[in-house]
Amino acid sequence: MYNFEFEQPTTVADAVKALSEEDAQALGGGQTLLPTMKQRLAMPSKLVSLTAIDEIKGVKKDGDQLVIGGGTTHGTVAREAAASYPGLAGLASKIGDPAVRNRGTMGGSLANNDPSACYPAALLASGGTVVTDRREIAADDYFQGMFTTALEEGEIITAVKLPIPEKSNYQKFEQPASRFPLVGVFVAKYAGGVRVAVTGASNEGVFRWTEAEEALSGDFSASALEGLSASAEGMISDIHGSSEYRAHLIGVMTKRAVTAAA
Amino acid sequence: MPKDSGIGASSKRREDVRFLTGAGNYTDDINIRGQAHVYFLRSDVAHGKINGIDSSTAEAMPGVVRIFTGKDFEGIGGLPCGWQVTDRHGEVMQEPPHPVLAQGKVRHVGDPIAAVVADTAEQARDAAEAIEVDLEELPAVINMKEALKEGATKVHDDLTSNLCYDWGFVEENKGAVEEAIQNAAHVTTLELVNNRLVANPMEPRVAVGDFERGTGNSTLYTTSQNPHVIRLLMGAFVLGIPEHKLRVVAPDVGGGFGTKIFHYAEEAFCTFAAKAINRPVKWTSSRSEAFISDAHGRDHVTKIELALDADNNFTAIRTETHANMGAYLSTFAPSVPTWLHGVLMAGNYKTPNIYVNVKAVFTNTVPVDAYRGAGRPEATYQLERVIDKAARELGVDPIALRRQNFITEFPYDTPVAVTYDTGDYGATMDKLEEMADIAGFAERRKQSEAKGKLRGLGINCYIEACGIAPSNLVGQLGARAGLYESATVRVNATGGLVVMTGSHSHGQGHETAFPQVIADMIGIDESMVEIVHGDTANTPMGMGTYGSRSLAVGGSAMVRAAEKVINKAKKIAAHLMEASDADIELKDGAFSVAGTDKSVAWGDVCLAAYVPHNYPLEDIEPGLEETAFYDPSNFTYPSGAYACEVEVDPDTGKVTIERMMAADDFGNVVNPMIVSGQVHGGLAQGIGQALLENCVYDENGQLLSASYMDYAMPRAADLPNFEVDHSCATPCTHNPLGVKGCGEAGAIGSPPSVVNAVIDALNSGGKDVPHIDMPMSPARVWAAMNGAAATGHGTAEGRSLGGASS
Repeated sequence: MYNFEFEQPTTVADAVKALSEEDAQALGGGQTLLPTMKQRLAMPSKLVSLTAIDEIKGVKKDGDQLVIGGGTTHGTVAREAAASYPGLAGLASKIGDPAVRNRGTMGGSLANNDPSACYPAALLASGGTVVTDRREIAADDYFQGMFTTALEEGEIITAVKLPIPEKSNYQKFEQPASRFPLVGVFVAKYAGGVRVAVTGASNEGVFRWTEAEEALSGDFSASALEGLSASAEGMISDIHGSSEYRAHLIGVMTKRAVTAAA
Repeated sequence: MPKDSGIGASSKRREDVRFLTGAGNYTDDINIRGQAHVYFLRSDVAHGKINGIDSSTAEAMPGVVRIFTGKDFEGIGGLPCGWQVTDRHGEVMQEPPHPVLAQGKVRHVGDPIAAVVADTAEQARDAAEAIEVDLEELPAVINMKEALKEGATKVHDDLTSNLCYDWGFVEENKGAVEEAIQNAAHVTTLELVNNRLVANPMEPRVAVGDFERGTGNSTLYTTSQNPHVIRLLMGAFVLGIPEHKLRVVAPDVGGGFGTKIFHYAEEAFCTFAAKAINRPVKWTSSRSEAFISDAHGRDHVTKIELALDADNNFTAIRTETHANMGAYLSTFAPSVPTWLHGVLMAGNYKTPNIYVNVKAVFTNTVPVDAYRGAGRPEATYQLERVIDKAARELGVDPIALRRQNFITEFPYDTPVAVTYDTGDYGATMDKLEEMADIAGFAERRKQSEAKGKLRGLGINCYIEACGIAPSNLVGQLGARAGLYESATVRVNATGGLVVMTGSHSHGQGHETAFPQVIADMIGIDESMVEIVHGDTANTPMGMGTYGSRSLAVGGSAMVRAAEKVINKAKKIAAHLMEASDADIELKDGAFSVAGTDKSVAWGDVCLAAYVPHNYPLEDIEPGLEETAFYDPSNFTYPSGAYACEVEVDPDTGKVTIERMMAADDFGNVVNPMIVSGQVHGGLAQGIGQALLENCVYDENGQLLSASYMDYAMPRAADLPNFEVDHSCATPCTHNPLGVKGCGEAGAIGSPPSVVNAVIDALNSGGKDVPHIDMPMSPARVWAAMNGAAATGHGTAEGRSLGGASS
């Protein structure tokens, strides 16, 4: 790890100010950034820790949506969203191991947008909104490809707003080594229709499987997906699975998510 | 009744108190005043020519003490190879030099180019990044079969080709085997890959070199399974330091699995550099570094043919194996595919004709050497897979086919040069059938099918050869070392004992099990016996621990030394009781005169030996300390039968192990709990190999599975509750304890049963899949169910876990 300066502001305003410096980088739970720095693959001049900012922590129900602070850990989401949004809590409860869940944050995961992260599937399938220190961004506009988001330099995710679905479930098929999703599918059923978001599979990062959404919006059952298959084009092919295999798993995991949710 | 102490008791592992309470003393815990740290700048290409190294900027950086390159080692020996194989034509193997730091060329990703010694590890690493290496990348050769083609890129320019040796075993059998195959009623052929693995002990390698200017003595602290072997190899062949000026200490070592047997460049470097800069030098491997610098394991590509007559008797076995050596010959690499593999090809079966051909090949990959089982898992896997395939082709019961061909009379001379002293393969199979509840399998399969899963049952047998011996034979076979073991038994004046053993414990529990033996021999409490190991300064010259040899060889040396002690103590006791030596009996910690009520306690005799006031000084020397060296007359041959039940999810290809049973014959067992633990660990590694672990290189020689993000280690949740048994015991006939090795059995015996079970499951679901290469990742199983080829034949593409889609 290279030397860096460290700041731990207690307000969003102070954090934004600290991040205005060139090469300063926000640090959430450090589950990606710190290992990367240890391997000397990143060398920020300054780390701005967001972990002491109380105003971006917590899970609140606000009408028919859940508002989750960007600095909320996976462990907190797993506990505090269990009653209101069990599909989301279920996802959070299976990220990594207890140590990861007690450090890693929702904001950190969404800002990084790892193509194999779990949370992007929840945000996209929920049709949620990313709230930052300066604006609100709809989920459909937020994800812009692998490790790429609509966030600007120094922009901080302060909260995420997730409309609570009638039914939801997340199913992931784990990559055998990292145990990140090789394919993860989040299915959320709303009065207005069904949304299906897929993570882990695509070279472009998280995406919506619109054919499945249409089929499920008419009939929310696994049988509605019969005969439907995701295309292997654009899917990741690596030592853990071919693009064909990933495409196949999208179908399997979607069916399982629908069955579990229904 | 289970015993509560001595041989046969499940005494709790005394060493675990320190391991579990953070009180262990590992090599990385050793910090010597004034020590500097080294960082190795390693090649990031698989093959390249070093046109120049500019370290001028780096040398001026903070904390830098000195930067070493290959030039500093020009007059120094290379890392030696401990085994010379002679090929089919009587020629010795090709043996390239293995420099401490690269000389002009790099030959695998991870090959060390330069070493930066600085005040701190961070400073060393910072400076290493400022070294400019003019490296001209050359084409790399990764695929073994390509490497042997005419005109292939050579890993070593000075060798005639990439072929290390072409070994035939037994060459005289070749014609008879060919004839038997031609005349067979049925021949089953199987091509397979034994996947390349990284050992991944929990503790990465560490070395601390120290030089004492006042005495001129060097000390190396290292994570080794055999400190005496390191002292000999490094002292005599690399650095030219005589043994009396060199001490090697391997303190607590956190797992070895074979990969800590070998002498590594980093050990020689730290010892050399400590003298050069007159400061202790420390190196601690990172996990990432371990992936590209620890010797890897397995990596065989094999074709095996099994010939049967019309009655399903095995008549011949023929194999052709390409064995990957990597870029250099690691310490015992040449022996693994030959003498540890070919001699096991008979397995548990009375096949009259066997011929094994092994082509060892250099490639631009990390050197490959022994890994838990070393050669024996490769032999067992081929044999037990091809037998299963034959049973399926012939439509016969795989257990019945095995039983029909079992060796039943001992001693048995195999056609591959070894003699099994004892065994009872029918007994372990009987025990396995009982444990596995084979009769209930059909019902369990129905239950799985009701959940939409395919269920399979796989069984296999294994035999292994532990405690490789005797020295005069292995010398003829090419070993450049003896394979005895040593022990000194020191009795203290008040009766306590210290056993200084040449064996080394890095998880095996010697500190608990060895005292159980001594306690039984004398009739004293185990707590009166302490085991010392791991330091050449206070243990007799010994060969260390690998190949499941510690108790069978090292324990036998200890018994011999203890017998000498007891014989001497009897003479002292006879003197004290004014009786004849021949009438003295030792029981329950006291010497008595047969037929009388005269008795003297163990402790009193010991005291007399060190305070010889009333003592036969004219006949015997004072003191009670004896050393023995034990050279076994043969291997020991543990054997067993294993069963595995799996469920396969047909939608995803994911395999889960539902049950895993092991019935082993280890001969006499000293500590059943430790033996069970050894089997559990072996099963975990065997299942890891079968389902998860795979070391993957791309065509350019980049290691794609270079961290735990991509190299899948088995975790507790991947494993079922193991059912293990070692009640079937045919004691070894040639060592004093009647014991056999148990450390590797689980890793040898389990992979074929897992694969056999998966194949059984798929076939039960109507999928005619003859074979899937390990590891049977979900992607590979799914691909196989959808018509992918059974084996990738060791190509870069075939090594990929993803499997082909059609």
